[in-house]
Formats: sequence, C-alpha cells, structure tokens
Amino acid sequence: MSEFENTIHTICESYGGDRARMMDIVRDVHEKYGCCSGKAMNLIARGTGAHRVEVQSVVTFYAFYSEKPKGRVVIRLCNDIVDTMFGIEHVARAFSEELGIGFGETTADGRFTLEYTPCIGMSDQAPAALINEVVVTSLSSDSVRGIVRTLRESGDPQKLVRRLGDGNNAHKLVRAMVQNGLRKKGPVVFAEMESGNALRKALALSPVEVIRDIKTARLRGRGGAGFPAGMKWEFTRAADGDRKFVMCNADEGEPGTFKDRVILTERADLMLEGMAIAGYAIGAQEGIIYLRGEYAYLRKFLENVIENRRRDGFLGKDILGKKGFHFDVRIQLGAGAYVCGEETALISSCEGLRGDPKTRPPFPAQKGYLEQPTVVNNVETFCCVARILEKGPGWFVEMGSKGSPGTKVLSISGDCNSPGVYEFPMGVTMAEVLREAGADDVQAVQVGGPSREIVGPEGFERVICFDDLATGGAIVILNSSRNITEMARKYMDFFVEESCGYCTPCRVGNVLMMKKLEDILDGKGQLSDLDYLHDLAETVKTASRCGLGQASPNPILTTLERFRPFYEKLLRTHPKNFDPSFDLRAAVAEAEGLVGRKSAAIET
Amino acid sequence: MEKPKVATTSLAGCFGCHMSLLDIDERILQLIDLVDFNKSPINDIKTFTARCAVGLIEGGCCNEENVHVLQLFREHCDILISVGDCATMGGIPAWRNTLPLKECLDEAYLNGPTVHNPSGLIPNDPELPLILNKVYPCHEVVKIDYFIPGCPPSADALWAALTALLSGKPVDLPYELLKYD
Ligand SMILES: Cc1cc2nc3c(=O)[nH]c(=O)nc-3n(C[C@H](O)[C@H](O)[C@H](O)COP(=O)(O)O)c2cc1C
Ligand code: SF4
Ligand code: SF4
Ligand code: FES
Repeated sequence: MSEFENTIHTICESYGGDRARMMDIVRDVHEKYGCCSGKAMNLIARGTGAHRVEVQSVVTFYAFYSEKPKGRVVIRLCNDIVDTMFGIEHVARAFSEELGIGFGETTADGRFTLEYTPCIGMSDQAPAALINEVVVTSLSSDSVRGIVRTLRESGDPQKLVRRLGDGNNAHKLVRAMVQNGLRKKGPVVFAEMESGNALRKALALSPVEVIRDIKTARLRGRGGAGFPAGMKWEFTRAADGDRKFVMCNADEGEPGTFKDRVILTERADLMLEGMAIAGYAIGAQEGIIYLRGEYAYLRKFLENVIENRRRDGFLGKDILGKKGFHFDVRIQLGAGAYVCGEETALISSCEGLRGDPKTRPPFPAQKGYLEQPTVVNNVETFCCVARILEKGPGWFVEMGSKGSPGTKVLSISGDCNSPGVYEFPMGVTMAEVLREAGADDVQAVQVGGPSREIVGPEGFERVICFDDLATGGAIVILNSSRNITEMARKYMDFFVEESCGYCTPCRVGNVLMMKKLEDILDGKGQLSDLDYLHDLAETVKTASRCGLGQASPNPILTTLERFRPFYEKLLRTHPKNFDPSFDLRAAVAEAEGLVGRKSAAIET
Repeated sequence: MEKPKVATTSLAGCFGCHMSLLDIDERILQLIDLVDFNKSPINDIKTFTARCAVGLIEGGCCNEENVHVLQLFREHCDILISVGDCATMGGIPAWRNTLPLKECLDEAYLNGPTVHNPSGLIPNDPELPLILNKVYPCHEVVKIDYFIPGCPPSADALWAALTALLSGKPVDLPYELLKYD
C-alpha cells in the first residue's frame, strides 16, 4: 500500500469503516489533503463498502468539501446582507487585490483560495469571514491587508487572533476573537445554572412525568417552527425501535441567526442537561449534536464540556446513579449546507449522505436517524427543557404569552446601536425590541431570516411569539437608506444556492423567480411580472417537499405585500406589449460574432 | 356581423401543433363558420391584412425572424396564445440552450458525422436570419395571454380553448384534455 492508501485506510478504520460516518471521513481526508480527490473517493468507497457514487455525492454536495484541491488557506467571506450593509465590497476588493485572485479562485502557488459564503453566524460583528476554521470579525479593508500579511508570513490562521473575545471565547480550547455580544440575560437560558440540578429532578420523576411537565409548560421548539416539544417526545417515546436518538440541531444556518452560537459558548452545560433529560424521557441512550461546520472552532471546547460531564456522572452509564439510565452524545460536524438545518436533511447528513431532506411521513419520531425513532430539537429548546425541569412548568408558563410561554433568545443585527444577543420574554413587541437594540431609524425589520417575513413600521406593534412574529431568533434591522428589493434579491440568491435540488418547484422555481426579480431591478420589468412572481411563489410554496422550498418565496412575497411601491416604481409598460426584458441585440450578438456579419434587421 | 379573425404561425416548431389543429376533423367546417383566417400557413396568407382577435403561436423563438414575426403577431392580435410546449417553454429546440451556440453550429455544419461541407464555413447568407443565443419561450419576448400545453395539445384541447374564447366564455380545460401519459 502507498502512503496515501494507507492514510485513507486508517481514516476509514478510525470510524470502524462505517459508511454512516462519511461526513467525518471526508472531513478528515480534507484536513489531511485539502480536498477529496477521485482517488481518495475510490479508497473511501472501498474502506466503507459504500458505492463510489455515494462518496462522490457527499463530496460534491457540501460547500466545505471539494474534489479539486483548494488553497491550504481557504478564506470564506460572508456576503450576506448584513455584511453588504457594512462595507463588504471594500473588504472583498482588498482580499482580491492583496491575493491577486478573484472570488472562487486559488492562487497559483496553491496557498490561498478565496470564496464567498452565506451567513456564518457573526452578523453582529460583520463583515466576517472564516479562514479555515478561524473566525475573523469586524473586517475592514485595512485589517484585510494585515490579515493577508500575517497569513503569508505564517500560513497559520490562528495567528490572526490577537485579542480574544469575551466569556468562553477566550477559553483555551476556543481562543477566538468572537464576541458574545450578550446584552440581555433572561431567566431561562442565560440565568446562572448549576449542572445536575435539572437532571436530578428529572430522574426523580418517571419518563412519562417528565414529558407531562414539558407539555404542561407548553414548550414549543425554538428552532423556528414552534412545534410542541412534549408532543414530539411523546410520539418518539411511543414509537417502536431497537434504539432511539436525541439530536440537537446546532446547524443555525438561517441568515442573521447567531443566538445558538452564544448559547453553545456560554450554556453548553444547560443544553447537554436538556439532551440527557430528553434521552431519559423518550428512552434513548445516544445523542448527537449536529454542529454547523462554521462553528467548528467550538468543537474542542464542546467535546471538553461533554468529557467533563461524563466525569461528573451527567453523561455515560448509570447517570447520577440511576441504574440502567445510560446516555452519551457525540458531535457531528456539518460542512456548509443550510438545508441540513432542516431536521430530516440533518438526519441524512448524520447518516453520511447528501443533505437531502426525506419524504414525510414517516416522521423522525417514527423513523429518524438510522430508521430509528428520533427527537430533533434546537439548542435553545434543550436549554428550556432543563430549566423547566429545574424550576417547574408553573414557573415557566408565567413568562411569555399564552401560546408561547417562556423566553426567546434573539440575535439582533443590522442598523442599530447595540447589535447582539437578547433574551426577551415571549410576547415582547417589535417596538420594544427595537428600542432596546437602540434602533431609531428603521425602515423595515427582517424577522426570522429570509424564511420568514419583512415587517415595516405598521407591524412594529406585533409581538414576538409563534402565533405572530415567529422567529428562530433572527432580527435584521434595515434603516431608511437600505434597498428593500435588492435585499429580496440577495435572499433569493441564497435559496437558489442552498436548494438541495431534489424537487423541481424549488430547484427551478426559485431560479425563475430570481431571474424575474433581476429583470425588474434592472428596469426591465412590467406590471404583469408582479402577478407572475406571485403565482410562481404560490406554486413553489405549495409544491415543494421541505421547509426550504416552502419558505423560499417569502422574501419576494412579503416585500411585495408590504413594500410594493418599491417594485412599482421600477416597472415599465411597453406600448406594444413586448416584454421589456427581451433584448434582441444582445440575443443575436453571439451569432453575429460567429458568422461575421451584423444583423440587418435590427435598426440601430 | 363580421366574423372574428384568427391568425396562426409556426416559429421554432415542427408544425405538429398545426397538424393537431387540423385534427379537429370535420369541426374545421364549424370553425370556418365561426372565424376567418388571416395570416396563417393554413391558407398561406403571408401578411396581416386586418386586426385579429386571436393569434395562435406554435414554437418558441430561435432566430431573429421568429422574434419579428412574434412581435408582429403581438401588434396585430388582441389575444395571443402559446400553443404547445415549444411555444410555452422552448420545447425540444431549447435543448440546445445547455450548449454554447458555437458548439451547436460546429456540430451542425462542420463536425457532425453526416456533414459534407468542404467549404468549412458556417452558412452565412444575408438572407438567413441570425440565430439567437438561446431558444426563448414566447412569453419571454412578448406578452402572451394564454398557454395550452402539450406536444402537441390535442385537437380537442385546441377546439375547446378556441371555441370558449370566441364565444366569450371562460376557458376551462378539464384535466383529461391536458393529461398526456
Ligand atoms: C431549510 C431549513 C433550515 C432549518 N435550519 C434550522 C436550524 O439551523 N436550526 C434549527 O434548530 N432548526 C432549523 N430548522 C427547523 C428544523 O427542521 C426543526 O424544525 C427543528 O430543529 C426542530 O427543533 P425545535 O422544535 O426545537 O425547534 C430548519 C428548517 C428548515 C426547513
Ligand atoms: S424543497 Fe428544495 S431543499 Fe427541500 S427537498 Fe425540495 S429541492 Fe430540496
Ligand atoms: S410542441 Fe410538439 S408538436 Fe408542437 S411544435 Fe413543438 S415539438 Fe412540434
Ligand atoms: S455573518 Fe454575515 S450576515 Fe451573519
């Protein structure tokens, strides 16, 4: 065996040749060789018993994996809307100039690759970039020059971290310049905690009683959709399966959301405590934290938290002395695919597949990870769980609104004086949120990321909760200088990029919508285009298989509904009912070049 | 009362949609009672001589002449209908949209296995309309009022759509008329 073969073989072996661990195997190969070449894929197929095409489908699906070699240092600059609001074009130009390459390119010496990436969960510190696994924040064209110089000298992105962030960002296993920006601590998630308190109380109850408490607390999932957690657990508990699983959704990909990052940094113990309680309640012994690839810098730290909890008897066998209650967790890293936040896609990814959502039914509660009953909950949901067991459901329902008790952690960014993370009681008005964030010039707020809705001043008395302004946590504030239609375009671009491509309405419909939107923005739209967008949006919403496609038209639909004049002022009417977006001159230009004559038919 | 006028054309299509229109069989006599045909390959009238109520378009736009004809139809017809998959979404001709134009022309005129072209030139007579960078469905070039899918749409579907339009009734094509498998 060559050394290359040996290495790949060893990597496969380290995961027991288990093809369900494909994400980790491919990741390790990347860490070693910077890409996963065709040769490597052959060897992985052999080492895991997977078909070669299955390996390839993983390598080509995820943005952080690549068949072709990339630079030893990969710079991924976030180009989400918050970054564009804060001068990303200067930062991008500086990177390009300093490295002498464009975006999507690698330097000739193979040292650097430059790419764009959607939101990396640092929107309150934008513009931000990922350099390999290292996060760099608050970029400016000046800081970029220094960054490139340091990277050229040392090749080590960690050297870029000069001043450490606050809280656990400065922990020796994190050492990141990331700031928590934790501006408002609430009683549920960010109050002080003592490990074991909640778990001990849970173990004094029967699993059915634990679920009853979660139901009495009327806890709804914090990832965005607000599904009742107790009901989900009950289904999973009741389902037949040899094994059961608890999964924590730490994929946090919705642009403008970064609250889970801060929870993971400061309240990982609380979350893990909630996971263990879930394990006890549904009868699971295994848990998985699906951590987005962008947060890989937290991995060692989280593993350490897990290790400490094992040591303290909060994880592992016979937890807290309860005979027969075993529960342990592992971390599964993602690799840059937004759709993997969708729970069935998340499960696919954990199974070592492309991040394709699955067809429902069966729901994960019946057949989830490895076809076994599985609970998937958000990071914050597990924190709520622990607190409910610690303090009682009665305490929990006293906060918040009737349909959505408790608190909600919001990540606020954009045009305000105090961007960051806030834990508010559910039911708080948008106006109050804006006031606390120090936003005085507000044209609109994007609530819940592109998947949800844009709200104008007429909606500022609406309240944050699952029955009104539902959000997984993203609040992006836009002042009066911001271009609403341009924002819709960027968000459509995001969905086009992130669609898994399985179903036609989402794969094709979003492209068509984006093209039409671009025509309109280019001044080539007509009034009927708005109806066209509307109809197409409805089709995509109703005919798409998963939540991504079902939500993807929302940037257009909600801006059309609430900011229609912005579109109307761009529209044209053609006197002869021709389509203003069709440009005959451009359409024949290529043929003119090929045959070497100009069109005689077009008047100049 | 004067009969409403209908015009038809085949752009980048195969004439299959027109053949389907002829497939209405003896109902063609009824049709002639209902309408006068203006510019159309059916009667070989080459130019518009009057304003038309309805224009039926077969095929999308693959060259500049198609565009001119389509725009002419838009100017002369009250209602334009895209008939068939080529008109509604480009259809088979639009397969070339996935390839660069040069590759298409090279394959057609230079490299194809059955090509005999000692001159090695791509046809370039000024009489030939220039080909577009891609095949466009009609509604990307002018406003289209109705679409009848199918390759081709059945005679019954065309009949139902036309008679409804001409009698001022809503066009209601039942599922059976639009189901092709
Ligand atoms: C495209 C898409 C992305 C999602 N991303 C996330 C995410 O990053 N984090 C999350 O907790 N839930 C996300 N969800 C929601 C999950 O599918 C699921 O509802 C959630 O994890 C359930 O947990 P909860 O009930 O505790 O909120 C996403 C859904 C969709 C459709
Ligand atoms: S809706 Fe979009 S993301 Fe979801 S399964 Fe279909 S193609 Fe994939
Ligand atoms: S839709 Fe079918 S029948 Fe009609 S022109 Fe196109 S290929 Fe021919
Ligand atoms: S990190 Fe750029 S918008 Fe979130």
